[in-house]
Amino acid sequence: MKLTRQQRELGKKFWIYLAALVVGVICVFPFYNAILTSLRTGQELFLTNYLPTTFHWENYVNALGENGVGRSLLNSALVATVTVGICLLVSITAAFALARVRFRGRKYILFTILCVSMFPQVAVLSGMFELVRFMGLYDSIGSLILSYTTFSLPFTVWVLTTFMRSLPVELEEAAIVDGASLWVIITKVFAPIMGPSLVTTGLLAFIGAWNEFMFALTFIISNENRTVPVAIGMLQGASQYELPWGHIMAASVVVTIPIIALVLIFQKRIVSGLTAGAVKG
Amino acid sequence: MSHNSQTLPPSAAVAPAPAARAPGRKRSLQQRRARAAWLLVAPALILLFAVAGWPLLRTLFYSFTDAAMDTPEEYNFVGLANYLDFAEGDSFGVLADPLWWQAVGNTLWFTACSVSLELFFGMLLALLMNEKFRGQGVVRAAILVPWAIPTIVTAKMWGWMFHDQYGVVNDLLLRFGLIETPLAWIAEPTLSMWAVVIADVWKTVPFMALMLLAALQMIPSDLYEAARVDGANAWQRFRRITLPLIMPAMIVALIFRVMDALRVFDLIYVLTSNSEATISISGYAREQMISFQEMGVGSAASVLVFMMVAGIAACFLWINRFSHEGKEAKE
Repeated sequence: MKLTRQQRELGKKFWIYLAALVVGVICVFPFYNAILTSLRTGQELFLTNYLPTTFHWENYVNALGENGVGRSLLNSALVATVTVGICLLVSITAAFALARVRFRGRKYILFTILCVSMFPQVAVLSGMFELVRFMGLYDSIGSLILSYTTFSLPFTVWVLTTFMRSLPVELEEAAIVDGASLWVIITKVFAPIMGPSLVTTGLLAFIGAWNEFMFALTFIISNENRTVPVAIGMLQGASQYELPWGHIMAASVVVTIPIIALVLIFQKRIVSGLTAGAVKG
Repeated sequence: MSHNSQTLPPSAAVAPAPAARAPGRKRSLQQRRARAAWLLVAPALILLFAVAGWPLLRTLFYSFTDAAMDTPEEYNFVGLANYLDFAEGDSFGVLADPLWWQAVGNTLWFTACSVSLELFFGMLLALLMNEKFRGQGVVRAAILVPWAIPTIVTAKMWGWMFHDQYGVVNDLLLRFGLIETPLAWIAEPTLSMWAVVIADVWKTVPFMALMLLAALQMIPSDLYEAARVDGANAWQRFRRITLPLIMPAMIVALIFRVMDALRVFDLIYVLTSNSEATISISGYAREQMISFQEMGVGSAASVLVFMMVAGIAACFLWINRFSHEGKEAKE
């Protein structure tokens, strides 16, 4: 049987839409399921049902208040913001030099930074533990700001460097001809147009810091200083066998929605940032 | 001035001094820029050394001691005993611990499985997203959802979906008649690693797909037109045009993912509670350090993790360079 061109086109369309549908469902379903679970209590939890049955909003109240997830949301926001702020501040000048100036050792610095951004966190764990103790930061938010810099800083330097490279040379040339110093070039010429790249890089680094688990689990022991991932990881019920799934899922949904909102709002930027770090590197 | 600079070779474009000036002046400007560059990089380098280099060195140092976590100031040097030691016909240390080797096996198995599945599904997804169809924006947004969800939340969500009695996964498999009785995804040692792999693949395929998509979009479409005119079928077009052209981006994405998978910790810690069948090398090192308070042994395990990851990275770089050189030689 020979298909006409039109029929073949139609067949192709069909498969594309089917695949798109499957992809969409697989991507969103686990989160949808989490939302469903977060609205159930007691016995309803154990009846598998794919549509919303009841709306027990008290799970959310419970998760935010009693389980201290509300508090840890604040902690996470604080830690991630301060870490990203420090890292961006330090990276702007470094990225400028690495992207725009030819000097000996530049390649080695870039390579080192790339290596540091990839090495396993556990490799610095005991040394970092000692450093945190020495600085008297154990069990405080400060310990996380310090330790998160380990992976945030190389990341921000790397991504900003790739962004800086893509800016036109003429900008700088004109400024140099006018006799501007490097400092003036950075603060007056580059900083104003770096806004979008800074936002993208900052967002990605923020998400990274928001999601970090190992350092937060190791350096914080008191409930009120916990960050979101640890607070969720530690949610326990009366016994190991009756985990409060309703509460856990409510807390999970609460901490995920801000991130999903951010990601969807800045979709284009995030995708360009993600690929800038890798494709050009 | 501006149209003048466009005709200069790229190396001259960096040196912006007008040609009328003396060459000595030109060099000194570049020298000054180079010196200033070091000053600009210095804060980042110093900070990086303080939070990464120094702790790494201290970890290496502690791996040769018998320090305990609660009293890190009191220690004795024990040489390589934390790594491997023989006493009274028996062997001790991380390298003699069967659990360490189990963790090494787990980590390598996890990395191989999840990264190859991610590459496969990521490629399919990227090819799909590269087609033009209505509702593309919705799919693009949907695939960012798994990527955006924090790993711990992913672990909890999948832990609930894999629940042996009330989980959705078992329910769906039962409904479609694929299994007879519910499976204990988390408790059963042979299945738990697959649970971890599935959750990880779900979360990271979007990243892989976006990387590959960015590379796909850079391929000029006239190449495909030409191939179609020459009568190449879909598979040939993929094999001969798409694959070679996205190979560099694919290798970079692969390296990123392999490095990431080798240091896996949080997903396994929460999803399967670091069970023996799934514990990773990072999990093992942390367990020695924190749960058993053995700072020395834990540090030794950390150093081994570092060396293993660095070794695999070096292999990748070497293969990458090797294949590049091969290509250049052919041309």
